[in-house]
Amino acid sequence: MDLDALLGCVTSSSCLVTQTTSGLIVGMLLFMVAAGLTLIFGVLKIVNFAHGTFYMLGAYIAYSAFMFTGSYFLGVLAGGLGMAIFGVIFERVLISRVYGANVLMQLLICYAVVLICDDLVKIVWGPDFYAMGMPPAFQVPPLFIAGGVVPPFYIMLILVALAIGGGLSLLLGLTKIGKIIRAAAHNPNMVSALGINTTLLYSLVFAVGGMLAGLAGGLAAPVRSLTPGMGFSILIESFIVTVIGGMGSIGGALIAAVVLGLIRSFGTIGFPLFTEGLMYIAMIIILVFKPSGLFGKEIV
Amino acid sequence: MRQYNLPRRTVLTGAAAVLATPHIAGAQAKAVRIGMQATFSGPLAQSGITHRNAIEMEVDRINAAGGLAGRPIEMVYRDSKSQPQEAARVARELVNSDGCDMLLDAESSAGSFAVQEVVRDLGVLCIHSSSETSSLTADPKYRVASAFRSSRQGIHDAIVGGAYAAKVADARKLTKWATCSPDYAYGRDTTAQYLEYLKHFKPDIEVISQAWPKLGQPDFTEVITKLIQAKPQAMYTALYGGDLTAFINQGNIYALFSAMQVFSVNLADYTALTAIKNLPAGIDTGNRYVVTCPDTAANREWGEAYRKRFKEYPTNWSWESSTGMRFFEGAAKKAGSADPKKLAEALRGLKIDCPFGVDGTVTMRAEDQTVVGYAIGWGTTLTKPPYVADVKAADWGTIFELETEWKKRNGFI
Repeated sequence: MDLDALLGCVTSSSCLVTQTTSGLIVGMLLFMVAAGLTLIFGVLKIVNFAHGTFYMLGAYIAYSAFMFTGSYFLGVLAGGLGMAIFGVIFERVLISRVYGANVLMQLLICYAVVLICDDLVKIVWGPDFYAMGMPPAFQVPPLFIAGGVVPPFYIMLILVALAIGGGLSLLLGLTKIGKIIRAAAHNPNMVSALGINTTLLYSLVFAVGGMLAGLAGGLAAPVRSLTPGMGFSILIESFIVTVIGGMGSIGGALIAAVVLGLIRSFGTIGFPLFTEGLMYIAMIIILVFKPSGLFGKEIV
Repeated sequence: MRQYNLPRRTVLTGAAAVLATPHIAGAQAKAVRIGMQATFSGPLAQSGITHRNAIEMEVDRINAAGGLAGRPIEMVYRDSKSQPQEAARVARELVNSDGCDMLLDAESSAGSFAVQEVVRDLGVLCIHSSSETSSLTADPKYRVASAFRSSRQGIHDAIVGGAYAAKVADARKLTKWATCSPDYAYGRDTTAQYLEYLKHFKPDIEVISQAWPKLGQPDFTEVITKLIQAKPQAMYTALYGGDLTAFINQGNIYALFSAMQVFSVNLADYTALTAIKNLPAGIDTGNRYVVTCPDTAANREWGEAYRKRFKEYPTNWSWESSTGMRFFEGAAKKAGSADPKKLAEALRGLKIDCPFGVDGTVTMRAEDQTVVGYAIGWGTTLTKPPYVADVKAADWGTIFELETEWKKRNGFI
């Protein structure tokens, strides 16, 4: 524990700017993955343990598309669209068969998909790790804001993640399809009785969830190593975000992700040997006082 | 119930085949079976694959030259899945069920310590070709008479790294240091040993910040910004593989490598060097495997032959297993036999020609049955092939002297 260093950091503008942006970027990428996870749970009550695999496949597809086209934008797009399609197939072929089934059955199917996809990645891309490398447009020196160091690439990532989060909120809050999705989350039988095609709706939810994870994988690919099994570590953190924010709450996921990002960012200065532990302590404290998470609905 | 009536001729033919089997098995038994278990699946599969690639090259070469004392080598590969208990089980199975005469253990340290106990129990000849944990062969309580090591040792890397860093630090007046290493036994032990020898050669250095990211952490942003805030003049890292690649890619966009001098013990391996798209120039790195260390025709030829055959560069693991096979070959020549007991006897103190030796040879030191004399050095990175230049070869005299002191301090001798 180094409280002096932490105090020194929060009273120094350069450290404050650097660590805050650092926390935001960690949080925003987490939010992108967790948003899909919480959306799927909110509507379908499915805990998608294979969500990290969506992130991994999105990153690999983005990497291949980038190597083929040379365009980072097309790479990210390919990662997102690829995972939207994969999400639909995953839902139709596998998950649709276990709606309402024992959670262990859902877990088993998801885990099988994780293992199969990890092996498929090794067959298609090989066991080596890959790095996409920074797109030429972002190979620029970092900006210095109030003495703090802020890379332009991370500013772009934060803005894109905010735009996607905002777009998702608008989609769910203001559009007809968003209202249907929210209604289905509340009472799927009633939505079905009204003649709405819930099969299509559920596939759409998985498509959006998969797309968000795929976009996150593609967006992060220039700065993260691509390796089979890479989805596992982000899955755990995404679950923490989802639980803290409240299962099914997109807004809660955003706030929880930013809080976790900031805990990591400042925790590594004040509690360098206990940064991981801090995240779990935050989760425990929140769940003790609000068992359904920050914005989760109480289960009666 | 359905009846199966076999014609008499079929029965007789089958019986004849069964009777002939011992003769065929006898012919096959002339081959020397070497069992090799490693990680062939999961995120660390690359280690097993590149170990195996090098072994295949050596087996083809040795068999073409007449095998081990006239007997061809037959390899039996098994996947331990990175699990120590599985490594021990597979090692036992290789000997007891697959009839292997000897083992080439290509496990990481946790697995190798488990295999070592199997070797002790069975008394089988084994060369460890992957574990770099020094105590495996240095500590008498772990040592086994029939177990040898053809892989590098952490203590050697620490001494060489410390000596090299001290010279650079002296020249550039680098006194404030930071470290960033993976948060488990390897990262902490390697960093502690490195700092110990850095301070041995340059006592006035001060460690002002240490970061311990967890193994496989996807994002190092908060670690990088912490290091930048600490404003050290130099930083040491024992990160490796995909973690090191991610760290460098993320560090690049913070201009980390122009803010401090970075010393990376594990960067000079083609796995990492080729994966990093924007490799910064001027990072000081220890050699794992590069064709420029040792900068000899033999090493370059071996590296190119590997690349031509497998369409990728060899790794640190490749040369360690290649050296293990060369020791089997050299011992068989010396003993004039492929009998494991005679090979074990011949291995003690054996000096062989080897492309990875600092002077073209390496020796299996008799006192602790571990390889010495391999090329070990530090250089600086280039942005393009050959990626590492100006590799300063280590002085083995200094290594031996400080290693002996280290062994005495730890009660090993």
